[in-house]
Amino acid sequence: MRTFGFQDVWFIVQAAQWTIGLSLIAFIGGAAGGLIVALARTSERPTPQYLATAFIQVFQGTPLLMQLFLVFFGAPVLGFDVSAWVAAGVALVLNTSAFLGEIWRGSIQAVPRGQWEAADALGLNYLSRMRLVVLPQAWKIALPPTVGYMVQVIKGTSLAAIIGFAEITRAGQIINNATFQPLIVFSVVGAVYFALCWPLSFWAGRIEKRSAALQAR
Amino acid sequence: MTYTFQFSDVLAAWPLLLKGTWITVQLSLMATVLGLLVAIFCAWGKTSGPKLLRWVIQAYIELIRNTPFLVQLFFFFFALPAIGLRWSPYTAALTAMVVNLGAYATEIIRAGIESIPKGQVEAGLALSLKPHQVFRLIILKPALRAIFPALSSQFILLMLSSAVVSVISADDLTSVAANLQSQTFRSFEIYIVVTLIYLTLALLFSGLFRLIQRRALSYPDRR
Repeated sequence: MRTFGFQDVWFIVQAAQWTIGLSLIAFIGGAAGGLIVALARTSERPTPQYLATAFIQVFQGTPLLMQLFLVFFGAPVLGFDVSAWVAAGVALVLNTSAFLGEIWRGSIQAVPRGQWEAADALGLNYLSRMRLVVLPQAWKIALPPTVGYMVQVIKGTSLAAIIGFAEITRAGQIINNATFQPLIVFSVVGAVYFALCWPLSFWAGRIEKRSAALQAR
Repeated sequence: MTYTFQFSDVLAAWPLLLKGTWITVQLSLMATVLGLLVAIFCAWGKTSGPKLLRWVIQAYIELIRNTPFLVQLFFFFFALPAIGLRWSPYTAALTAMVVNLGAYATEIIRAGIESIPKGQVEAGLALSLKPHQVFRLIILKPALRAIFPALSSQFILLMLSSAVVSVISADDLTSVAANLQSQTFRSFEIYIVVTLIYLTLALLFSGLFRLIQRRALSYPDRR
């Protein structure tokens, strides 16, 4: 047993790069998936609507931890050999797709109906209507909750510690096992997460106020 | 694919799974009731408490909302016993859940109270409604109606994130799954079954909340 020192703080801070890396993968993959889910949910055809609704229900109605376990324990069974990196990445991308898909569906539907009809009347097809008329307007509505959701993604990566992925929380557990000073160890772990998340929360709050002021005009 | 699924061992353990499910539901319900009490106090403190209290409450909310639930759980389970506060995994799990929900629900409740325009209360008094009627009909019910959807989805989020308390073996549904896994080695089957149980719970509760919203919280003329 040794005492908690500066090198331990450094170890935890350094582990933040894995948290950030995993968060970026989850967010970028989840944004691509979320766009597909949102477009499917707002489409006029029933089949993509049903599929997207079922996808959202399953991923929003089950714990992220279970999704992580299912990928981690299920992939070898289906013949894939996955590392903790891949398992955590896949589970987080799917989960983020569902939540961002639902946030963005709301934003797309918040674009006034008249805009859709005007685009139709101008003879724009589905792709141009979405790309040129609907999505640019939905984007402004979607930005504050999307930035806010990034905080959830970063916090979600902490669960990867349970399957052995060495990010901030896992680094904290390792140091705690070596030093037996949980009070200081988990305070430092919490502080590192706070340093990552709080600026995003603050930014989300600011742009939300600004867009609320714009809409009130 | 050479894997053969075997659900028999998992399904044979249904009494354990049922007990775990009950503990998950019980933890979530208790944490919600206690967390709401914390949130009502904090919402009051934030809107009309002394300046110092407002600061403390704001710090609590920011701290909880910007750190992972898993780390909060570790803090309560590992760190507090180190300074002499010893408790069971169940109590530590419940405390972490109450503290977590309290922060999120404070903002929801505050938004609900602020959603009632002052003019409504004055209008109620002008119509010679009694103060308790004004509170019940003009403040409480519309505020509840406004925040009920947000609160119910917060409840479901809490119930789902409570799967994490299994890492300190708090006997919840996921802990039961972890125990079964070490006995039967059928990890994939176990997590499929347990995920389906969570999904059922989530759908059941969201249906129930929608029913309550429609039955008890709608305006009489819309019934």
